[in-house]
Parts: sequence; structure tokens; C-alpha cells
Amino acid sequence: MAVNLFLDFPGIAYGAYDEGLMAESAEKGSSAPWWIWPLVLFVVTFFLGIVAVLGGVGGGVLFVPIIGGFFPFHLDFVRGAGLLVALSGALAAGPGLLKKGMADLRLSLPVALIASACAIVGAMLGLALPTKVIQTALGATILGIVAIMLIAKKSEYPEVKQADALSTALRINGIYYEISTGQEVNWKIHRTKQGLATFVIIGIMAGMFGLGAGWANVPVLNLLMGAPLKVSVATSKFLLSITDTSAAWIYVNNGAVLPMMVVPSIIGIMLGSIVGVRILAKTKPAAVRYIVIIMLLFAGARALLKGLEIWN
Amino acid sequence: MEKKLKATEEQLAYAKILDTGMKIGLLVLIITFVIYMSGILQPHVPVNDLPEYWGLSVHKYLEHTGINPGWSWLGMLGKGDFLNFISIAFLASVTIICYIAIIPILFRKKDTVYGLLAILEVLVLMLAASGILKAGGH
Repeated sequence: MAVNLFLDFPGIAYGAYDEGLMAESAEKGSSAPWWIWPLVLFVVTFFLGIVAVLGGVGGGVLFVPIIGGFFPFHLDFVRGAGLLVALSGALAAGPGLLKKGMADLRLSLPVALIASACAIVGAMLGLALPTKVIQTALGATILGIVAIMLIAKKSEYPEVKQADALSTALRINGIYYEISTGQEVNWKIHRTKQGLATFVIIGIMAGMFGLGAGWANVPVLNLLMGAPLKVSVATSKFLLSITDTSAAWIYVNNGAVLPMMVVPSIIGIMLGSIVGVRILAKTKPAAVRYIVIIMLLFAGARALLKGLEIWN
Repeated sequence: MEKKLKATEEQLAYAKILDTGMKIGLLVLIITFVIYMSGILQPHVPVNDLPEYWGLSVHKYLEHTGINPGWSWLGMLGKGDFLNFISIAFLASVTIICYIAIIPILFRKKDTVYGLLAILEVLVLMLAASGILKAGGH
């Protein structure tokens, strides 16, 4: 039915464009019918949605290197779509996390201001720099993320002996109810200045690569600033809805958004996430995390080698 | 049984608008994409030609399809592909609406610093959305 819908597409206008361009871009395109790619994109993003939930990562971090590495789309459009995928996921998760008090608005606001402003810079840099440079940097970043996933420790309740002056002045602290222990957890943070400074880099990278930035947000909020792990994960997810908004607008306004890529990806990854959450509720497949790491390793190596023109 | 929520008034207000906005955005996203796919509205870039374009850099894509960046899509909403930008722009605007909604709450609670932070955030997001910022070509 869906295929028929695609095949029977009416009202197509032809010949409106530069024929020289067709020859130029044909080698970058594909001989497959056009509708194959959105369909495959939908199926792949559906599975990415499942794997992302089970592996405890955001959809964007899988989407950009995998779709950018193995699909015929230009990296500009992949990053634009990646940002909108990450943004949609964050917008969907945000209300629940805020209502439960897991994501913290007071922690988010100063961090988001820095990250979103820097994401604009990152997005503009990403669209201005040569694709090879971005591809290479993306590959290196993905391999760096793999390293972070392998070596970074997590701390359920980091020890914060004393809140620093800035977080005290901003009253960044809170209480959340830990359902597994039935206890109320009081939390506060420290090293706020260093944490905020780190979000300059995180924002730039989020905008430049369209990855979302949960992989960076969580370690900084948790290990550097001392927020409890659950608060860090929830606040990070919510933060993406702000950071990615600013970067997404730059991609939208610079034309780097193709609805034919964006919509199947958003719907695919969201449906996949819903299925993933249901699977997660029944089982805790620890092995999936290693599958995610292997996927990222492969996709990161592919991006790096593609950028260096070793594996095209 | 879950304990009473610890979220603040502004946090709950933000969450409520975000929830509604997200649902509307997704619904419109699906509707506009179905219209695009159905061919009721002719697209600016014919779908059969898309594979010729999606492998190009965005700058070449714009150049060869005659699409102007920025908010020019508003004038092209009669085209099936550009109709989708209504939902995309809406999803990218939900956060701005949420921020605007909490600003009065923050000032009413005399939380001036956070009220100013929220205003600054709105300005940053509106700058990004304005279309003033253009990326150079590559």
C-alpha cells in the first residue's frame, strides 16, 4: 500500500532544472528508484530507534554517521535531518521528564543559553567548511564518543561536599524521588563555571555535526558538575530540545532540510523508540550497548576514511 | 505509589506547553507529509528528480533548484514539499513559545536572573530563526 502510494505519485513536473547539473549529480546519486531511499530510511531509523533506547544513546548520534556513511544523501542534509531527529526525540521526552522533576529547569537554563548560542556557531561552521573536513572531524568525533562510552564512569550520586558560589547564587539544586529506593534525593552541584565553559564546545559540536549531544552532556553534568545520574540523563535529554532548536533553525534557514529525508526519519526513529522502550521494560540487554559501540566504531571509521578519501 | 512532584510552577508550565506543542507538531508533520506524498499539491522539486539533488551540497542544491534560503518557503507553501516546512518550523518554534510563557512566571516570583536568562534565550533562538545568519558556501 505504501509502496503503491509512492509509485503512483501524480503531478510530477519535469525538465525544470539545469540538465548539466543532472549529469554532475547523477554520479553522486543512485540508480535506484527515488522512493526506495525514504522507505529504507524509515526502516533503518525504526531499528536505530530501538537500538538507541536499548543501548542508552540518543538517536542523533547513531543517525548521522550511519545515514551519512551508507546512504546517498549529502552530509549537509544528513546533519540537518539528524538535528531534527534529535530535536523531535527531545521534544517528545521533555514534558514527562520535566513533570516528574527528573529534568531540572534551573540547571538547564544557564547551560542551554550557552549551548544553544554556540550551536548556532557550530551549525554555521558546519555549513561553511568543506565537506571533507566535516566528514573527517565527524569520524574522529564518533571514535571519540566510542572511547567516552568505553572508559567514562558513571556516578549514581556524585559526592558534592559543597555547592559552589555560582550554583548557590543561581539556586541550582533540587530534590527528586528515587523510585527504586523509595527515597527523596537532595542534590546540588559544583564546578559550575567549568561545566558551563565545557558547554561552549558541546554546543559547537552539536550544531556542527547534528549529532545531538547527550553523549557529552551526561558526563559533564554527572561527573564534572556532580548532578545525580538520573537528573543528568533527564536534563541532558531536555537540553537537546533547546540546543538543537537553535542549530536546527540555521539548517532550515540555509536550505539544508529535505522533508523527504526528515519526515520518514523522525517517524521511523520515534516508532522505533516506542518499541525499544517496551522491549527495555521486559529485559535489560547489556549486550546491546556493545552492539551500539561496534556500530559507532564502524560508522565512525567509515566517516573518517570517507573524509580522508580512503574509503569512498 | 509515586510521591508528589517536586517540579516548580514554571517547570510544569513549560512541560504543559511543550507537551501540547509536540503533539500538534507531530500531527501536522504527518498530515503535511501525506499531502506531499499524495501529490495533491505539486512539489517544487519533482520527487523523481530528488536523487539527483540529495547528493549535492546544500549550496549547489539551492543554486540548481532555484530555492532561496531563509523564510522564502513561506511563499511556497502551495508546493507539496514546502508545505512540510510548516510542521518543521513549528517543531523548531515550540521551545521559543515555552520560554516566552515562563518569563512572566519567573518575574512574578522575583526570580529576576532566571527571567533575564529566559529573555536572552528567546533572543538567541529568535536570532537563529530569523534567517539573518547565513552560512558561507563550501
